[in-house]
Amino acid sequence: MWAILSLLVENKPGILFKVTHLFRARDFNIDSISVGVTENPEYSKMTITTFGDEKQIAQIVKQLDKMIDTVKVERLDEHKTVYRELSIFKIKLSNANDSMEVNKLANAYGGKVHDVKKESIMVELTATPDQIKAFEELAKPFGIIDVARTGVAALQRSGAE
Amino acid sequence: MNNMENMIGAKALMTAMEKEGVKEVFGLPGGANLPMYDEFARCNIRHILARHEQSAAHMADGFGRVSRKPGVCFATSGPGATNILTGIATAQADSAPMVAVTGQVPTPMIGKDAFQESDIIGMANPVVKYAFQPRHASEIPEVVKKGFFIAETGRPGPVLIDIPKDVQQNEAEMVFPDEFKIQGYHPWADPDIVAVEKAIDMLLHSQKPVILAGGGTIISSAFAELQAIAEALMLPVVTTFKGKGAFPENHPLSLGPIGMHGHAEANKIMSEADCVLAIGTRFSDRSVGTFEEFERNLKIIHMDVDPAEIGKNQTAQLAVVGDVQMNLRIMVKLLLQKAIKKTEETPWVKHVKETKSYWQENLKLHPGEMGAAKILRKLREILPKESIITTEVGQHQMWASLFYDVIQPGTFFSSTGLGTMGWGFPAAIGAKVAKPDVPVVDIAGDGSFAMTENSLATAVLEDIPVIVFVLNNFTLGMVAQWQRTFYDRRMIGVDQGHCPDYVKLAQSYGAQGIRAQSMDELDKAIRDALSSDVATVIDIPIDPEEDVLPFVAPGTSLKDMILPS
Repeated sequence: MWAILSLLVENKPGILFKVTHLFRARDFNIDSISVGVTENPEYSKMTITTFGDEKQIAQIVKQLDKMIDTVKVERLDEHKTVYRELSIFKIKLSNANDSMEVNKLANAYGGKVHDVKKESIMVELTATPDQIKAFEELAKPFGIIDVARTGVAALQRSGAE
Repeated sequence: MNNMENMIGAKALMTAMEKEGVKEVFGLPGGANLPMYDEFARCNIRHILARHEQSAAHMADGFGRVSRKPGVCFATSGPGATNILTGIATAQADSAPMVAVTGQVPTPMIGKDAFQESDIIGMANPVVKYAFQPRHASEIPEVVKKGFFIAETGRPGPVLIDIPKDVQQNEAEMVFPDEFKIQGYHPWADPDIVAVEKAIDMLLHSQKPVILAGGGTIISSAFAELQAIAEALMLPVVTTFKGKGAFPENHPLSLGPIGMHGHAEANKIMSEADCVLAIGTRFSDRSVGTFEEFERNLKIIHMDVDPAEIGKNQTAQLAVVGDVQMNLRIMVKLLLQKAIKKTEETPWVKHVKETKSYWQENLKLHPGEMGAAKILRKLREILPKESIITTEVGQHQMWASLFYDVIQPGTFFSSTGLGTMGWGFPAAIGAKVAKPDVPVVDIAGDGSFAMTENSLATAVLEDIPVIVFVLNNFTLGMVAQWQRTFYDRRMIGVDQGHCPDYVKLAQSYGAQGIRAQSMDELDKAIRDALSSDVATVIDIPIDPEEDVLPFVAPGTSLKDMILPS
């Protein structure tokens, strides 16, 4: 089972290390992680996506909560959450048609096109991990040269708390 | 503010520790902690010199468990700091309050692979409750205040304070705060009356209920509450090994520890029970065997101060989160209010008592004069009931669990979680410092004692007369037992030979060394040790082939005990 965890932590050096170390030590999985300072510079927000069975995920939340540097740990319900990941794909262009086809594909997923060259094109796509995966499958036939992903950022919808 | 003062970081450290009530520090000096050491010349804290930083940490651990206040150890940077890691990890595994203070290379040298530099904050992370590295001298008073608070509250544990040498030396205007805030730290939940009421209900509605008392019962000193509940509901009490002695082991309802080397009657009754009130336990594999088998047909009421323990190893039907003593007090109160007091023995309690007397009469013991059971029962017979026991790790430890009955709760301590050989002797020194007026005995084996035997220097020079009670089988006995049992008697790497001669070793340190080869000699040796002003090592040669039995093999369940044939 996939889960999105949102952690409000003190914005101090070493906290990211402690969080990832906890995952390592307890044999949990980090699927993706993104970190950024909040509107209050005293805190950072970490969004971690992870997977495990119900019991494991409950344990992960409790162990994270037990950490003294975490101020708030929440497991977000993906149906009540806006969650997005930024990805950048560098895609191979083999013939004249490819450029148009990739453009179409990018448009279909709400992506933006950058760095159009004769032999490659870049697509910036902000979407859910599932949508990014689906885009990746469709882009594969063209040839994916490189990809970079940020990990998920997530916020609960108002009224969903 | 009147509590503001100019001083160097090292002085602020000692002043802040004095304010925390610290009277003793166990440690070893080195280059990076010299400024702190210099302050011993100007403060009222006694320094107790260890001969290895690991031992200093174990001394602080033993002190902390007995006094229930953080024991303090000092080490220098680099190897000094890495040497205390085992001691810190031991304290963490057993939830013992400790504050470890290490020197660090000066701030500008951090990250430059300086001489005796180690990233101790990084290394210690998974084995500390919290770690601080103040970068400005002015942070020290608050760091110390927070460090002691974190170490001793909630589920206790070790706190590391790593101080770069320049931070120790720099002068700053120090404010010693009375109040502070740690936003993400919630050591206690409020008592949960609703859950406690449900727990009583579950216990009353089960046919075969038991209490399983874990180490948390001892940490929170919930002895009186536990006994009141056991007696009011007529519940048999088993313990984990760490919970050994949470309940007087001479009480008719006591069955002793369960687990890999639990008492036969305790394992038997635990496997038959249909409902357990589990108090302050993390359901270690050594206590419960296989997790799936343990919880089959068993309703678990799990009381613990640490919410992360609920559901970690065993699934609880009912969780009571919060300080164990507070919740047990509520239970006692509710039982009184509802006038619940069982007076008639249920068939279950009759069965429990029969099972207990069966195993007490029929468990086969070593036939020789110097069998482990006879030796430990002799020790029990002579020691006053308030004596404190520490143990090392191995066969002797499990024999102590089986054959040394704890009568006064909270007088038995062991490295139960990490299983650190060499813990018992330095921990005994720490315990004796915390309680100088009671006898302190380290029940040891030759293998473990060898690991920290140089603490004899500390015991002698610092005038800390503890007793080391060595069951000497000249072997790494527990490993040997596993090799006999599981590896077809291929004995590899377990023979310790008759080396060293522990009587001569003790004497060479200026301690008393006595060899006891018969029950009469043992009787006399124990009495001599008790009346001695110096530390005493009693060397007791035993049969290298004696196994610890019963034995629940790893990966099996409590009802599958290997018994003496």
